[in-house]
Formats: sequence, C-alpha cells, structure tokens
Amino acid sequence: MIRWRLWLWLPLLAIALLFGLFALQLSRPKDEFVRSALIGQPLPTFSLKPALPGQPPLANTDFADGKPRLLNVFASWCVPCAAEAPQLAALQAGGAEIVAVAIRDTPDDVAAFLDAYGNPFSRIGADPYSQLQIALGSSGVPETFVIDGTGVIRHQHIGDIRAEDVPRLLDELREAGE
Amino acid sequence: MIAELGLAALWLAAALAALQLLGGAVALMRGEAEPLAALVRPAAQVQALLCAIAFAALLYLFAVTDLSVALVADNSHSAKPAIFKLAGTWGNHEGSMLLWITVMALAGGLIAWVEHRLPERTLLATLAAQAFVGLGFYAFLLVSSNPFARAVPAPPEGAGLNPLLQDIGLALHPPVLYCGYVGLSVAFSFAVGALLTREVTPAFARVMRPWVLGAWVALTLGITAGSYWAYYELGWGGWWFWDPVENASLMPWLAATALLHSAGVLAARDALRTWTLMLGVVAFSMSMIGTFLVRSGILTSVHAFAVDPERGTFILALLTLYIGGALALFALRAGTVAEGERFAAVSREGGLVINNVALSAILGIVLLGTLYPLLTEALGFRVSVGPPYFNPMGAIFFLPMMAVLAIGPLLRWRQDRLARVRWQMVAVAAAFAAALLAAWLLAGIALLPLLGMALAAAVAVGSVLPLARRRLTRAPLTLWGMVLAHLGVAVAVFGMAADSAFTTERLVALRTGEQTSVGPWQVTLAGVEPVAGPNWTALSATLQVAYAGGASVPIEPQARSFWAPAQQTSESALLTRWNGQLYAVVGGQAPGDGAERWQLRLWWKPFVTCIWYGGGLIALGGLLALIGHVVGDLRRRRRWREARA
Repeated sequence: MIRWRLWLWLPLLAIALLFGLFALQLSRPKDEFVRSALIGQPLPTFSLKPALPGQPPLANTDFADGKPRLLNVFASWCVPCAAEAPQLAALQAGGAEIVAVAIRDTPDDVAAFLDAYGNPFSRIGADPYSQLQIALGSSGVPETFVIDGTGVIRHQHIGDIRAEDVPRLLDELREAGE
Repeated sequence: MIAELGLAALWLAAALAALQLLGGAVALMRGEAEPLAALVRPAAQVQALLCAIAFAALLYLFAVTDLSVALVADNSHSAKPAIFKLAGTWGNHEGSMLLWITVMALAGGLIAWVEHRLPERTLLATLAAQAFVGLGFYAFLLVSSNPFARAVPAPPEGAGLNPLLQDIGLALHPPVLYCGYVGLSVAFSFAVGALLTREVTPAFARVMRPWVLGAWVALTLGITAGSYWAYYELGWGGWWFWDPVENASLMPWLAATALLHSAGVLAARDALRTWTLMLGVVAFSMSMIGTFLVRSGILTSVHAFAVDPERGTFILALLTLYIGGALALFALRAGTVAEGERFAAVSREGGLVINNVALSAILGIVLLGTLYPLLTEALGFRVSVGPPYFNPMGAIFFLPMMAVLAIGPLLRWRQDRLARVRWQMVAVAAAFAAALLAAWLLAGIALLPLLGMALAAAVAVGSVLPLARRRLTRAPLTLWGMVLAHLGVAVAVFGMAADSAFTTERLVALRTGEQTSVGPWQVTLAGVEPVAGPNWTALSATLQVAYAGGASVPIEPQARSFWAPAQQTSESALLTRWNGQLYAVVGGQAPGDGAERWQLRLWWKPFVTCIWYGGGLIALGGLLALIGHVVGDLRRRRRWREARA
C-alpha cells in the first residue's frame, strides 16, 4: 500500500528549485562578459576638478575633439590599480592617450601614487564622492573605458589590465577611431 | 605503454561498473538467485583492482615525469621534489577525478568483499547504486577529461606546478577530503539500496555507521586544518569567514554529524528510520552541491579555483540525476517503510532528535545564507551575506543544542526521568553558573561569547559524566570516542568564545626602535629588512616581543610581493603560549612625515588555539569510535563464523 504523504515530496521540490537556480546562473554569461548598459551611449555630463592642484580639470566636453581615448577609473588606495601600472605604461607607449578619474582620493595620495608607479595620464579628474563612477556604471576600481572621438563609450574593461589585455585594448581604441 | 595500460584498466573498470549496475537491477527485480546477480560482488572487487591499477599507472607516470603524457607535461616538471611529483598526480582536475573514482571503487570492493550482515538483495541494490554514481564519474573522466591522453609531440620540459600548491598540507588536502566525500557516497548508496528494498533495519544502520564515521573524521580534520590555514595564511586574524568555500565544507559536515547520531539511534533502538534515510541522501548531496558551488564558479569567493562552466554544467547534470533521483525514490518509498520503534520525549532518543533538529536547522541557515547572494543576483542585485547573519542565526540553534549535549548522553534509551539524573544536572548547571559568573565578573563581555563560555564549561562537565562510576579501563572504546568528541566540542567552543571576547588588537605605525604593547605583550620594532624569495620579494620586520615583562623573543612577519601574477600577501608571525597566541602582521610603510614608520597590526588572542585543539579532539573521538565499532564488528563476525563451523 502506498501512502502518499505530501511532506515526503518537499525535499525533492526544494532541490528542484535550487537546481533550477543553479541552471539559470550557469546559463548566464559571467560578469566579465557582461556589456555595460552604457556601451554605445555618450558619456554622462560631468565637470571634475583636477586631482592634482595646478593640473587641467576634466569634463565630458574634453572627449569631443575627434580623438579616441582610454578613461581609467582608479584610486591610490587600490592595490590592483598599482598592479596595472606597467600595462598602462605599455598602452601609452602604444600610442593611447589615457585620461583618469581618481575615486575618493586626496591630492597628496594621488601624487604619492603617481611618484611610485609612474604617471601615464594626460589629465586626472577628482571624483571624491564616486558620483561620476556611479554615472559611468562602474562598480569598482580599476576599470577602463574606451571612448571614441565623439565622446561615446565603446568598451568597458572591468578589473585590472593584464599584459594579455593590452593588444586587445589597443585594437578597441583603433576601432573607435575609425 | 603504461599510460595505455592505465586507460585500458579505466575502460574495463567502467564496463564492470555497468555490469555491477545491471546485475544489481536484475537482483532487485527478479531476486538474488539470478545468474547475473552472482556477478555483482566479483564485479565490484575487480573494478576496485582495475581502478587501483589505473591510479598506480598515473602515479608512476608522474613519478618518472613521462612528458609524453599531456597531463604530466602540463602539471609537472623534472626538477620538482619527489613528494610533490607524486602529489601532482591529484593536484589537477583529471587526476583528482581519478583519485575520487579510485577511492570510491576501493570502498565498493571492500563492501563486496566483507559485508554479509545485510539481506543479499539490499546489499546488491546498494552496490548497484554505487555503480550508478560511479558511472557518471567514469563518463566524465573517459569522455571529457582523459588523464592518460598523450601530448604529441612530447614537450622537452613540463610546465611545473603552481608554487603555492607545493606545500605538504595542500598535497594531503584532496585525499583527505575525498575520503570524506566517498564515505558519504557509500552512506548514500546504502540509503538508496535500503529504499529500493524497504529493508531499513538496525543492521542497515550498523553497516552504514563506520562509513559515516570515517567520512566524518576526515571532514572534521579537513575543516579544522582549513580553518587554521586561513587563520595564518590570510593574515586577517580571523579563523572563519563564512566564505562560500568554507560553507561548502561545513554543510556536509553538519549533515554527516546529524546522520551519525540518527544512525546511532537506528542501530541501537530501531527508531528514526525514515529520517536516517533522508540524512543519508542529504549528506552526500551536500558534498556534491558544495563541490559544484566551488568548481562551477557561480559563487564569488576569496578562495580562487580554476573555474570551468562546462564542467559546472556536467556536475549539475550528475547532481540532478543522483540527488533528484534519490529524493524522488525517497518520496515514493519512504511512506512505505514500516514505522520504527517509539520512544518518550525524555530519553536518549529524544535528546538525539533535538540534536538532529538543531543540526538540520543550522544546515538550512548556512545553505540559505550561502545561496542568498545567488538568488538576489538572479533577481538583478548583488548582496553579500556575512557574520551578522550567520552568527546570531546559528547561535539560536547552536546554544540549545549545547545544553542538550551536556545532558542527553546521560539519559537512558526509550524512556527516562530527568529526576534520575538530577545530580548530574546539578553538576552541569553548577559548571554553567560558575563559568557565567566568572566570565561576567572578569570582564564585561558580550552576550554570545558569555553564553558560549558558560555552555562550554557545562558541556565539558557533562561530556565526562558518562565515564563517572565506571572502571575506565573497562569502558568501551566507542564510549571513550563519544566522551572525547563531546569534550572537543566544549574545548572548541571555549576557544571561539575566548577569541571573540578577549582578543585585543593594536594597529600602530612604528619607527625602528619604538615600542608598543598589546595585551600583556611588549612589542619593539627592531628593524625592517628587504628579503627575496624564489618568486617574491618581501619586507621582513623583526619584532622583539616580551610576555608580561619576561625575556624577549624575536618574531618576523613579512609583507610579500609576488610578481607573477602580481599579488601582495602577508606572512603573519605567530607566537604560541599555552594561554593564547600573539599574531603579528606587517603592512607597508606608513604614509606621512618622511621618517620611516611601518604599519604593524598586532593581536593578542587568549586561548584561540583551543579552537583547533577542540577540532582535533573531535576527530580523535570519531576515530576511537570508528575503531571501537570495527573491532566489535570483526569480533562478532568471528563468533558468527565459529558458531557456523
């Protein structure tokens, strides 16, 4: 005689829900392949004070002169940002113009950071309250955006730039210029 | 040649697993007198032999560094020390899968060889279930991760093994873990076999118990060692972070602990039948789900693993087949398993039921907390769940469980009166009150550590009471095992409470020659030197430390920078005394006024080592119980044979 008891099916039901969730997550592309919602969109309007006194400030209008650039979001307190310094130097050597936004930083710290790891940036804007970072859809430091000559975001690189990413970013930059 | 031999042995072993499954299925449907059914036991034994040959072949290939084999070329190097050449065998995906299936086949062979206590049909069904689980792993190995594939042409030198993995602890880590998982897979197979034939008896529990105990000891050791590793290696001064990888190891342990206790009830009293079957399925499911979570990369963790979504998909398919199948079988059959013996609420069984409910509740809490970020990510936002959730939620169930642990083992089976154990209860309550008062008077400490410390004292007293008025030399090994394991829980909980209540921390920036203090320690920064290792450079600080005005001793924490890949790590320096540990970490140079100042982070952690001593005691208790049960089984077996002869 089979006695049907509802509770005996509960474990199976729970596991089915769980595995459904797993399958859903597995079928989604992982983060590093997610394209930012802002790709193809113009940069948000912003006007930042310079991160170092006496240097030029940074505004979205600076990107509309026809030249594609890299926009590096970094902070002096961020260890991977120091780790990607050689790659930024390589990008600069490869002909890229890199502008930067320093997140939640102070002029002294930024200066010390650039002294220690080199300064590949043509301009550095200060974003002391992460406002531009949030507007850019950037969730952490470091991130690097490819901006074309009309100020449109073409590509987003999340996390530190590894040596193997350098040629790809240069390609993206070249494509953005065409 | 050796590689081809190993591959052939593996294919043959897979074929025998298929035969084992077929024979078991025939025995189940038509009875164990069928000719095919007679092949099940030999198939399991020969399969074990063949797997051992395949694994030995891979060991040999790694030992002689045969670079014509792709796996060896990718993971080894001719200049590596011999022990790490051997460890390289399982220090990669393919080899670790082969190790898993080998341990599993050996377990199956052993069961087929020695086990005669169960009804033959149930045993054959069990072996069939084991073969069914095994076949999934064979398919995985042979189709998508052949360890014996040749590299054409053979490279002149191997790629080496990640230097961080060249550590004796990490070399031993996978085999210990797999013993735990495979032990639980055996319990799973027994549960499925018993569900198939509806033969859920005390004999079933006695047969399953040693496997659960062995698995539990291995998991306990794994968690204890892993916790200590994270403590000294990560340099954060904590010993448990509720990280997904840690939770993945804790969940099967919680389920195995519950299973161990409910199997004890089933073996002794023929009660909790359905519940034990359920836990048998759940314990192995938790180890598989843990493996999946860690390897598929769907959760983010501080522990970096080589992540491969395809493997994740494959493991998920296996999980669905095994766990879904077993739970469906459970739902269909558990209702038809005859009800076990009944018992009163106040009884040994009653205490063990509370233990099981609490352990299951904690398991649910950990599972929910681990998966919650996954759930919210599916809904589009990201959260991380940490100690503010796990600690109080876990404590809700853990603290009552401790209270029951102190008294439960003193109760009689079936029915008892609390009045009978009143003196023991008074002793336990006195220990609780004394510890509570002492801890409260000594230092104004927070509620959770205060309760933890008082309960630790109560459990310590309660755990040794079963030995009272017994001749200690005559007490059975299994009793000693229980006492030691429960005492271990008290010791570990005391360590956790002491660490959280009494730890003092000091974050300072010192010039060379300057002094600071942390707890009873005087710490002087004697100097900072750059040092270089094979693939890193480091700042090595020399600290002269003196305990309570005593002689000073040097310790040397380091801040290491690896350059490929670029990574900073802290090598903490530990100084252990009987009453605690001094933990020192050096950061970088402090920013500021030009003079060289160095950031130091110091902790004085009274009795923190008790956490791991406790874990060791728990494992030792489990080991004694295992030996006690196995020796008892062998003795009964000999008597049974003599009686028959």
